Amino acid sequence: MSTTKKFMYVNRKAPYGTIYAWEALEVVLIGAAFEQDVTLAFVDDGIYQLIGGQDTSGLEMKNFSPTYSALGDYDVKKIYVEKESLEERGLSIDDLQHLTWEDEDEDYAEKDSIQVVTRAEMADLFADSDVMFNF
Amino acid sequence: MKFTIQVNEGPYQHQASDSAYQFTKSALEKGHEIFRVFFYHDGVNNGTRLTTPPQDDRNVVRRWSELGEQYKLDLVICVAAAQRRGIVDDGEAKRNGKDATNIAPGFRISGLGQLVEGAIQAERLVVFGD
Repeated sequence: MSTTKKFMYVNRKAPYGTIYAWEALEVVLIGAAFEQDVTLAFVDDGIYQLIGGQDTSGLEMKNFSPTYSALGDYDVKKIYVEKESLEERGLSIDDLQHLTWEDEDEDYAEKDSIQVVTRAEMADLFADSDVMFNF
Repeated sequence: MKFTIQVNEGPYQHQASDSAYQFTKSALEKGHEIFRVFFYHDGVNNGTRLTTPPQDDRNVVRRWSELGEQYKLDLVICVAAAQRRGIVDDGEAKRNGKDATNIAPGFRISGLGQLVEGAIQAERLVVFGD
């Protein structure tokens, strides 16, 4: 398939409580095989998906948060987190997992995947995308 | 315009499937093309033929089946979501050792790649859900 589109996956919901976050991640992983131009956005309660040190043992649910650290291997290099969503919840980027990807053009240097952007910048990213997956 | 439709919620609990059906029907009547309708999350529950809604209410599942037959729609249920929620066709029953099937006429079970392909092939992906 030769068509390349700008895919924007918008993650808006907390990781547990509903299954949306986990099943959204499944779409991202399967979608990677289609070699599109992929961007992930985390807004509202969706930012809780990326919180570091998650422990779900009390919930009797699978902790799928380690899967996010594999995204770099799936060629997902652009992960945007909304600044206002962090601030509204008393969080900063330091509370999130450190996600990286390896740049094969620079001797596999590790680069940060997560960028914090403002709500206005996030709107521009949405407007610039071809396909919005909304979870 | 060529559309792919994604339905993320089950019937009756949520209006998403109703809205998706009405959008799909209207688009077809106006001459647009529906490349695929993809049922994900609890949306897979739109594809069980075992629902029995009250007679004075709409029949959400049958309505999809009938629209699918009329326009030869590709109504696809996500296999991973379906396995979690017990939507079963002959192939799935055989593979997973289930003693029954419940898939409604006109639906088929397939992978998430069908959603991604639908998003690539269509000019618009329209998502119905929360």
